[in-house]
Amino acid sequence: MGASLTQVRHLAGRSVMRVVRQPALIVPSLLFPLILLAVNASGLEAATEIPGFPTDSYITFALAFAFMQGAMFATLGAGQSLAEDVQRGFFNRLQLTPLRGWAMLAGQLAGVVVLGLVQATVYLSIGLLAGSEMESGPLGVLVLVALSVLISLAFGALGLLVALRSGSGEAVQGMFPLFFILLFLSSASLPRDLIANDWFQAITNWNPVSYMIEGMRSLFIDGWDAEALALGFGLAAVLLVAALAAASIALKGRMVRT
Amino acid sequence: MLISANDTGVVSRSLDFGDGDGAPSAAAGTGRNGRVRGGGDNGIEVSGLVREFKKGPRAVDGVDLSVAPGEIYGFLGPNGAGKSTTVHMLTTLLPPTAGSATVAGHDIVKEGPAVRDAIGVALQEAALDPLLSAREHMRLQAGMHGIAKAEARRRGDELIDRVGLADAADRRVAGYSGGMKRRLDLALALVHAPRLLFLDEPTTGLDVQSRTALWEQVANLAAEQGVTVFLTTQYLEEADNLADRVGIIDRGRLVAEGTPEALKAEIGRPTVEAAPAEPADRERLAGVLGRFGAPTQAAPGASAVRLRDGVDELAAIVRALDAEGIRIGQLDLHAPSLDDVFLAKTGRRLEGAGDGDGEDGGNDGDGHREAVLAEAG
Repeated sequence: MGASLTQVRHLAGRSVMRVVRQPALIVPSLLFPLILLAVNASGLEAATEIPGFPTDSYITFALAFAFMQGAMFATLGAGQSLAEDVQRGFFNRLQLTPLRGWAMLAGQLAGVVVLGLVQATVYLSIGLLAGSEMESGPLGVLVLVALSVLISLAFGALGLLVALRSGSGEAVQGMFPLFFILLFLSSASLPRDLIANDWFQAITNWNPVSYMIEGMRSLFIDGWDAEALALGFGLAAVLLVAALAAASIALKGRMVRT
Repeated sequence: MLISANDTGVVSRSLDFGDGDGAPSAAAGTGRNGRVRGGGDNGIEVSGLVREFKKGPRAVDGVDLSVAPGEIYGFLGPNGAGKSTTVHMLTTLLPPTAGSATVAGHDIVKEGPAVRDAIGVALQEAALDPLLSAREHMRLQAGMHGIAKAEARRRGDELIDRVGLADAADRRVAGYSGGMKRRLDLALALVHAPRLLFLDEPTTGLDVQSRTALWEQVANLAAEQGVTVFLTTQYLEEADNLADRVGIIDRGRLVAEGTPEALKAEIGRPTVEAAPAEPADRERLAGVLGRFGAPTQAAPGASAVRLRDGVDELAAIVRALDAEGIRIGQLDLHAPSLDDVFLAKTGRRLEGAGDGDGEDGGNDGDGHREAVLAEAG
């Protein structure tokens, strides 16, 4: 156990270094959500006039969208890194050491946590500067960061799963557009009860991304909404556990060492 | 200082590495424990090893071999002969379809972790992370093996120095040449002081200087530390210069095995290759040469025979040609090479060609002749 923790520490260190040393990974994950946020906040400000819209500041409403989009970049970060390891043979290098499988997965996710913290800090700072409210106060900030990092971990674990199944960075990249569809078919831009189109509303009701966004959003707009938080944390945790379990199985298939 | 019981346990084994005054493990492997077989403490015993892939023929088709402790064993064969597949099986990365093997006295299927603990491996791709420096690679590799921090740093610096990367130790690997990457890979393979070292085509794609430098380091390791080395190569020269014993593999089967000298002696006699000054004389020249031995393959425009009675006949050949009035354009005496051994065993030739796939500049065009095995179909 002690030895495994040492391994996790070393792999985590590497994972963080890989994030920090790849500006091409960090910059888009910070910029794109912010650009989209700026576009939405200026273009959809009028939506706050709709009767029943939960806040009169669209940026307060939309900030969770940025967090969600940023979290999806975790798939790219963690997945591509692991896929590169497989393709480059670094995975074999690690296999030839006494490395435990779970230590490898845990280590690979460390970079996700760091990237998630950087993202949360940037989005929140810019959001607050741009006039967003934070109804739940300073403690809410901590809960928001925790939830967004948990969502990042879940999506990072999905990236690991695809990397292990496919062994290909392209496959990981190929998943990314699917996430965007999930994102846009959620309550990212409008509250679910204000979506007039029936099929669109039905999809958003079934889309787990809606609830993750709403969990984060509730902290900005409503203060402490136990149900929204429970759904957000719960679904993210379920996704994380399921993805990790599937990734562990995929890892066993790939770690064929005797 | 923080030295836990666990740390010292891990480190104690690795301490005898380095300055060579610790007893080399090879001696311990054979003598002290009274083990007779080569598969004792740091040898390799392979019996009937087979690996089949779903598509295609058997990649490895019943290989038997034995590597003695402290020996450098050269596994020579063309691309696709089954060298890497064999290495992957012996290093526990690939389960065999049939047959068995022990490495450092441990069964490669049943005792994977024990095998991995005893071996250092540098695989063909020299898998490194371009974003990390040499020193960071060392730290990571040592961490995976559970080597304590202070010891990891000491060993890391020592190994980096040993492979001549001290000046580049803090630079990211992305900027390294092919030779530097291979040397770092070698150093990484040594971080846990393994008793056996597997090197899969360690010099493929390297220029001549880098190749020679790596040979020197491998030879020193084997000599000073008593590390057993299992090395695959497609370069005859490499097997000839570096290996104590050579196994020639072709299409998954071991076709010859022995010291380079013994293998060449088995083929025995040298060949003489001659080309006439006047191309029209070629037939007559071949006729004269034919009196001295059996014809063998020659360059275009030339004829060659394997001498029946050895080098002493050279003078007689020159006299005979002179007597026939054939002016000699070129006359070469070739001592038997592993190339000839390969030809004799497989019926196919080795290609005499420059190294065209060098990563850092490739062939330097200095006329250095390099025998590379012909690509196997």
